[in-house]
Amino acid sequence: MDKISAWYGPKLAIQDISLDFEEHSVSGIIGPSGCGKSTLIRCLNRMHETIPKAKVEGQVLLDGQDIYDQPAVSVRRRIGMVFQKPNPFPTMSIYDNVAAGLRLNGVRERKKLDVAVLESLKQAALWDEVKDSLDKSGSSLSGGQQQRLCIARALAVRPEVLLMDEPCSALDPIATAKIEDLIFDLKKDYTLVIVTHNMQQAARVAETTAFMYLGKLIEVGRTRELFERPREALTESYITGRFG
Amino acid sequence: MHVFETLRGRTRLRLRATPGDLAFEGLSTFIALAVVGLLVLITVILYLAAAESIRTYGLGFLSGSVWDSVSQRFGAAPFIYGMLVTSALALLLGVPVSLGIAIFLSELSPAWLRIPLTFIVELLAAVPSVVYGLWGIFILGPAMRVYIEPGVQAVLGFLPLFQGHPIGSDVFTAGVILAIMIIPTISAVSREALLAVPDSQREAALSLGATRWETTRLGVLRYARAGIFGAAILGLGRAVGETMAVTMTIGNRAAFFGSLFEPGQTIASQIASRWLDAVPPLELGALIQLGLVLMLVSLFINLFARLMVGRFLRVGEGAE
Amino acid sequence: MKFLFDRDTRRRWFDVIMSGATLLCVALALLPLGSILFEALVRGAPALTPTFLTQSSLMGGIANAIQGTVILIGLTALVALPVGILTGIYLSEYGKHRLGGIVRLFVDVMTQTPSIVVGIFAYSFIFELSLLGFFPPPLVFSVISAVIALATIMIPIVARTSEEALRLVPTSAREAALALGIPRYRTILRVVLPSCASALVTGALLGIARVGGETAPLIMTAAWNNDFFNGLDQPIAALPTQVYRFAVGPSLAENRAAWGASLILVLLMLSISIASRAVIRLRAVRR
Repeated sequence: MDKISAWYGPKLAIQDISLDFEEHSVSGIIGPSGCGKSTLIRCLNRMHETIPKAKVEGQVLLDGQDIYDQPAVSVRRRIGMVFQKPNPFPTMSIYDNVAAGLRLNGVRERKKLDVAVLESLKQAALWDEVKDSLDKSGSSLSGGQQQRLCIARALAVRPEVLLMDEPCSALDPIATAKIEDLIFDLKKDYTLVIVTHNMQQAARVAETTAFMYLGKLIEVGRTRELFERPREALTESYITGRFG
Repeated sequence: MHVFETLRGRTRLRLRATPGDLAFEGLSTFIALAVVGLLVLITVILYLAAAESIRTYGLGFLSGSVWDSVSQRFGAAPFIYGMLVTSALALLLGVPVSLGIAIFLSELSPAWLRIPLTFIVELLAAVPSVVYGLWGIFILGPAMRVYIEPGVQAVLGFLPLFQGHPIGSDVFTAGVILAIMIIPTISAVSREALLAVPDSQREAALSLGATRWETTRLGVLRYARAGIFGAAILGLGRAVGETMAVTMTIGNRAAFFGSLFEPGQTIASQIASRWLDAVPPLELGALIQLGLVLMLVSLFINLFARLMVGRFLRVGEGAE
Repeated sequence: MKFLFDRDTRRRWFDVIMSGATLLCVALALLPLGSILFEALVRGAPALTPTFLTQSSLMGGIANAIQGTVILIGLTALVALPVGILTGIYLSEYGKHRLGGIVRLFVDVMTQTPSIVVGIFAYSFIFELSLLGFFPPPLVFSVISAVIALATIMIPIVARTSEEALRLVPTSAREAALALGIPRYRTILRVVLPSCASALVTGALLGIARVGGETAPLIMTAAWNNDFFNGLDQPIAALPTQVYRFAVGPSLAENRAAWGASLILVLLMLSISIASRAVIRLRAVRR
């Protein structure tokens, strides 16, 4: 992304951020609450502009093309998102939840859907747990399972990038650990960007980490270097817990 | 004055009831119970007044298909049929339009348009039934007879439902007016149901690459299914009891009808049109018996609606 | 054979069409409203001559109908407002337990009872009592009979709106007053009621608007009076019944008069609707 700035109405939320994300790797974005990291990630799949009176300036390039020049609907198919609070469709079965994105894109044959649902649930490490109850409601699962269901749903449309906005903050430590393992597996096939308020999580899963504060990008670098030898004083203060 | 008292380890505000308190609480309780008694009274009086007719016709009243004042043979079947058909027509036409309005107002409308439009749609409910009837007789009826019904007949005339010579003062017109009258009810309740859907559902659909309509369909409408269904049933409850507008436009023929372009009669319109001309000794009692049937039908519909809407909206209420 | 548009374009077109469809629905609903208001104005205004407005129907005017509606609304409100508000007070202040739930259910059922059934009730009530000798039978067609019917319609409406109005008052206001030692009934009367007064007024206006337009119960209780009000035990004219009589009457002049009467009626209803909204906004501004 290049020089991204975003507003909520008249309020400037993030300013002039330029960042590159490596393919098939996990990038983390950390920072205290309110620093604009959620806003930033929502600019990456054009979700920010769905908020009334919100505005974005700048470019986000995917494979060399600015996503703001293409129809939003196509962009969101290639850049998927998982949210803080799991939001499966409660009136749909587990199967239908995962298949939802595919059906939107016109895939109707039962066989194709079966295969895709199977693969996505396997990739989300949920298949073994639900394979016998695919027709149960999406909301009958535990929190951690629901989040993995949302991941499966997002993966079913085969995006190139997966964005995760604090995916574990609503989950217990065991579910969190399962998802972190999942993230490690997913990076083989996808590019992931994770926003987290938990520094240790970023240290665990991300290869590259970016630190934001008050709407600006303070520092970015390989995770180990950022945490052990931060260049900016602000970064060091955050990491050593002096604020945030 | 001991305002606080500790009892079993819990400290509460202890209010010494003054005589004024007792009197007031007693008064309001009495009035409230009187209102309950009023409903009971209504049922009892209705039953008493219809008693003779019930004795004479019994349960066969519901299946009797003749209403003849001369021979004093009375049956409710044609009117139950009329009520069912007009209500079905009203729902068929009214629910999609109401839903469209609700979706527009809650998802698509620009903010500045929302409040004035909502107000105007509600105004539809402020027009008295008799004025709808007047409009139906002189404006909608002729329009139906000359333009709309022939038009419908041209497209759907192969169905027996749409055959025969359109006369304007018929079941179809009554159904259309009923549809218009229940739109404010259904759209208002549906809108509440749609607004109660959490944003996270919309976001989930959007993030999969859904268009705005697809987001509404997947994320909002499915979630609000129960509430919308309840709204439709509430509209049905209103349609069933509607009297004046129907009486003035339905043609008032106390018999079954084969085509929507024929005149007909609902329970409410039969009562209204025969009441002042009822032939003694039994016709008035039979009309009251009809009223009893109507009351029971309306009661069941509305209890059912309340069940559906309540189960859904209670989630939203708790959030307040 | 290639499709003319790819799937994505088709989806986007469908999206636009559906958005247009919902707008069409809004227009479809506004069309009848506009037509009714327009026709009432265009056809009704010419009928509103001074004679029309000041003479009773003996001379072809609607003054007795206007008077009748005002009298009926006034008497009904006199009965229904206190009863309705007290019921609302019961429901919100004392009725938190099962009995309150039952009362609420009954009140709800009553709001949904068809008005023609209420008309039958009022008629039958007086009739049955007259059989027992309490009243002379002709009382079935009288102001008293009509007020019984209209009040039965209005009471549950006012009860529900009052309960909702009272619930708007935060519990902290009640607790503050109670903690000062003010007895409960005074708390309700002097603290809670005044603070939701505008909502209460709105509810009352809603009930009045509903009752003012009712026709079916009036046909069977108030019947008709060609003259002005001449006694509580006599039939009485009213605007809705007047509209009905004119509308189904055979003469063209009467039909035209129907529009005039309905114009007055609609104006009355609309002004009550608008007044109730103005009350809310007034209170909100003052805060």
